[in-house]
Amino acid sequence: MSDGAASTTDDLALIERLRTGDDAAYEEMIRLHGGRMLAVARRFLRVEEDARDAVQEAFVSAFKSIDRFQGQARLSTWLHRIVVNACLMRLRTRRRKPEQSIEDLLPGYLEDGHLERPASPWRPETADPAERSELRKLVLESIQQLPEGYRNVLMLRDIEDLDTEETAEQMGISPGAVKTRLHRARQALRELLEPHLREAVA
Amino acid sequence: MNCREFVEFLMEYLDGGLNDAERSVFEGHIDACPQCVNYLDSYRETVRLGQTVCESEDQVPDSVPDDLVRAILAARNA
Repeated sequence: MSDGAASTTDDLALIERLRTGDDAAYEEMIRLHGGRMLAVARRFLRVEEDARDAVQEAFVSAFKSIDRFQGQARLSTWLHRIVVNACLMRLRTRRRKPEQSIEDLLPGYLEDGHLERPASPWRPETADPAERSELRKLVLESIQQLPEGYRNVLMLRDIEDLDTEETAEQMGISPGAVKTRLHRARQALRELLEPHLREAVA
Repeated sequence: MNCREFVEFLMEYLDGGLNDAERSVFEGHIDACPQCVNYLDSYRETVRLGQTVCESEDQVPDSVPDDLVRAILAARNA
């Protein structure tokens, strides 16, 4: 998704047309990149209207700052960052529920430091497309059960492929806090998936 | 090292963030504790599943609904 590579010649040609005010170039950019941006916004916001609004905001903001696009990144990567930012802004302004605790979702330990519930081996992933699609659905639903501050870090790092520094910047927290939250979010997600994925005992 | 400490340092281990001495203690626990081997494997699988969860839609990106394209173009000119 974000490979950090420099702009392609196609990117630069499109940007040049945008800078000269070529109307068709704007529509071309929306049609080329909007689908993927909408998919990102749907993952974060889960309400279709909000996702569309975030994509619209992202494009308007991208058009305004097109002169600042330097070409060190792919256009798709640059737009991806902008739509992620628009989604996080939108989440921040939504009426805040008190942050749910993640503690209940973390593994428990006995006094001697052993896991309270022993971890089981998981079954290998199936090749069956229908089952794989079910599994993806389960993973996404389980991610949605994580408290928001943890869910967002996990989505930015593991799904949207931002690095620790970029995630820290987008979330307004320290890189250390990103690492702590990511590790806890992954542990909690593992706990949520375990009952579904552990190997059946023969 | 006990299992609680193992889980605590797991991400740093996978990220290559432990020094030689820490890694050797960590790997000593892997050799001694089958539970933590299961935990390590399923943690890795959790990360992998998260990373691949959107693969199918990335291969075939959704198209942009026409009314959204029009709304964005209108917002640009507003």
